[in-house]
Amino acid sequence: MQTSTLFIVILVLTLLAYYAGLKRARQRRDIETLQALPSHYGYMTAMLSAIPAALLLLGWSMFEPSYLDRQIVQHLPASVLEQSEDRVKLVVNNVHLLLAGGGTGEDTELRPAAEAYLEARRESRMLVTVLIVLLGLSGVVFALSRYLTRQHARRRVEAVVRLILMGCSAVAIFTTIGIVLSVLFEALRFFESVSIIDFVFGTSWSPQTAIRADQVGSSGSFGAVPLFVGTVLISLIAMLIAVPVGLMTAIYLSEYATTRFRSIAKPLLEVLAGIPTVVYGFFAALTVAPFIRSLGESVGLDVASESALAAGIVMGVMIIPFVSSLSDDVISAVPQAMRDGSLALGATRSETIKQVIIPAALPGIVGGVLLAASRAIGETMIVVMAAGLAARLTVNPLEAVTTVTVQIVTLLTGDQEFDSPKTLAAFALGLMLFVSTLLLNVIALHIVRRYREQYE
Amino acid sequence: MNNTEIVKRGLKKRYAREKRFRLYGRCAVLVGFIFLALLVVDITLKAMPAFGVTEIRLEIPLDRGSLDLPAEGAISEEMLSAVNYGGLIKKSLREAFPEVSSRKEKKLLYGLISSGAEFTLADRLRAEPSLVGSQPLEIWLKADDDVDTFFKLGSQTSRIDERQIEMIAALEQSERIRVAFNTTFFTASDSREPEQAGIRGAIVGSFWTLLVTLLVSLPVGVAAAIYLEEFAPQNRLTDFIEININNLAAVPSIVFGLLGLAVFINFFGMPRSAPLVGGLVLSLMTLPTIIIASRAALKSVPPSIKEAALGIGASNMQVVFHHTLPLAMPGILTGSIIGMAQALGETAPLLMIGMVAFIVDVPGGIFDSATVLPVQIYLWSDSPERAFTALTAATILVLLAFLAVMNAIAIYLRKRFERRW
Repeated sequence: MQTSTLFIVILVLTLLAYYAGLKRARQRRDIETLQALPSHYGYMTAMLSAIPAALLLLGWSMFEPSYLDRQIVQHLPASVLEQSEDRVKLVVNNVHLLLAGGGTGEDTELRPAAEAYLEARRESRMLVTVLIVLLGLSGVVFALSRYLTRQHARRRVEAVVRLILMGCSAVAIFTTIGIVLSVLFEALRFFESVSIIDFVFGTSWSPQTAIRADQVGSSGSFGAVPLFVGTVLISLIAMLIAVPVGLMTAIYLSEYATTRFRSIAKPLLEVLAGIPTVVYGFFAALTVAPFIRSLGESVGLDVASESALAAGIVMGVMIIPFVSSLSDDVISAVPQAMRDGSLALGATRSETIKQVIIPAALPGIVGGVLLAASRAIGETMIVVMAAGLAARLTVNPLEAVTTVTVQIVTLLTGDQEFDSPKTLAAFALGLMLFVSTLLLNVIALHIVRRYREQYE
Repeated sequence: MNNTEIVKRGLKKRYAREKRFRLYGRCAVLVGFIFLALLVVDITLKAMPAFGVTEIRLEIPLDRGSLDLPAEGAISEEMLSAVNYGGLIKKSLREAFPEVSSRKEKKLLYGLISSGAEFTLADRLRAEPSLVGSQPLEIWLKADDDVDTFFKLGSQTSRIDERQIEMIAALEQSERIRVAFNTTFFTASDSREPEQAGIRGAIVGSFWTLLVTLLVSLPVGVAAAIYLEEFAPQNRLTDFIEININNLAAVPSIVFGLLGLAVFINFFGMPRSAPLVGGLVLSLMTLPTIIIASRAALKSVPPSIKEAALGIGASNMQVVFHHTLPLAMPGILTGSIIGMAQALGETAPLLMIGMVAFIVDVPGGIFDSATVLPVQIYLWSDSPERAFTALTAATILVLLAFLAVMNAIAIYLRKRFERRW
């Protein structure tokens, strides 16, 4: 049976088990001696039916494809099996094509493998259907047995629900582990073919690996320094825009603006944060970059059409609301008594802000700026659309530079062999990106938290 | 000179400084506003041409002879499919411009009409077979995208020939060319030809992807929030989970794409480009948002309600599911909608898992290859044809409209159900 049909089977059996358990508990003549509500008995039998069957279904649908592929490999002619692993994979794909009805006619030697596949699939589906029906019925059987009403059903049900809740919150841990393992694993494979020293300190980045070994430049070079410099350059431009503007906005809105102005201005500025980055990318590439280019030409400067400046400015604007709302929070958290004290001594408002509030809020502001920086480093779409592709080691903002994220996207979009150093390099870059943003975040959160303790 | 005089002397300068500082603040706020206005106006202006499409009126002879159909008898579907509609259009064009004779000029003439026009004509005839044999059919057919750009914007693009401009002028004089509302943009999917391209496929793809995201991240996120807020013991494991959630909220989105590629596609062998994988990746991304919003909502339910329920004998689990959760639901939904809006605008992780393919079909489910609105924007913004720029901007407007609606719903929910205890 199909996965979806089996799913419906489980659903029906679960409902059946629920009603059987409920009915059974209600039928007790001495119902007042039951330890839990009748519905709890229904939930208990339903869980007994649903959970094991659903786990089986999940496991089966995860592992069935690879099991069936192994069946194909076992029945391939020996001549195929002698070839390389990639070649075998290709043949397995051909078998799948044959099964889908797209055979080319010259693959008669694949027929036995295809038939073995069909046979194995029939068997495994039969087996799993029987098992699921049996497991699904277990709840119903339990409902009919005498043991049901002797249980404290509520406690059992609640223990299981609690486990499920806990499992859901552990998803966050699994996601982090998944990220670390996936980037680390592939990055380590990359460092087998390219030394980590060359990668971190090399100054030449040209990941084009040739198809034939004897082609010119076949090795490709993976020195990531130009990417790091490009990323830092664009992020720096962005921060140069976002930090002063964001900070001044926060100061004005929290210290000067009337409540009415604030209630209009704040949501409007937050719209900037809600606009998808791909929209900023479009704006940077089609409006800001040509504008800067023509501006540069009018004063006699040669500006690249994908200049770092354009991407940086637009990215800076995107981060403004981020900086301003984080700074706003810390500025508002500065106790009113400090303001009053300074004003009472005769300081003007700006002097109070500059000499009392900002120094008091500084750790929080720095934390916010670091968070903003980590966002700038990890930002992808703006730079993919508005920054360059060629890696050039320069700090001139008028030239085109490329960034880590741009290279990850260019290396991984398109149909490449997954195992080539080219695609693995993307994971090595991803590892660098993950580690650096993680560090920035940890430091920023640490600073923000310590600052908060000071005043609360 | 006493202190008062010293202070008084400096006052003017200090007040000037105060005024300047205030001005800087105003300017900073203004910079944000100006940029927002520029962005919206620029994109709206760029999008405008995409909502109109240039059409040319042609008279197509529909007698059986010119359709190559038998002179007598019923007309079957098959016979209609076999008609050379392209030929009919070309013939009609030649009749409209009898002076055109050389091969080169003919080619230019045929280039006026979109290559998809013959399908429009075929569909029309198949829908109304009774038209056959009657009067010649007057039909508005789409112009080629270069003609379209020229006619709407009036600018001289290099891809349009002098002779074609004359032809367009002649058409204009006889009122046989017009700009109509571009319905194709909403009803068609991606195409290599700008005048035949639309966003229906991308909208449906976004819908499937968001559906998966919602179905995964809402239950898991709410369950995690309930556990952390109501049940979790104060221990290292709980701390570790909280640190993880905070960090995940700040991990660059592209890294989630790498995770999806390595785990979902390469390890579990899920289909590339499918909304299933896209939705799973996006739900991992939105999970922190939903968990944090749900926790805040659960926390705002006053303890007196929980204590009252506990007091009359409810178990902890019953308190949560019968009282706390229903009361926190508006806050949870608001947070989830905002999380969904983020997911709708996300592009980078979807590029990693192959949702960038050129897909003409409307996806029929979560296993089909699909693309989503932001990725469609990215794909079209790369195209060299000028008409695609307008399409990109128009798609951006549609995307922004969806986001605005979602956020408006979230704000409405918050206003409508917000309760102060």
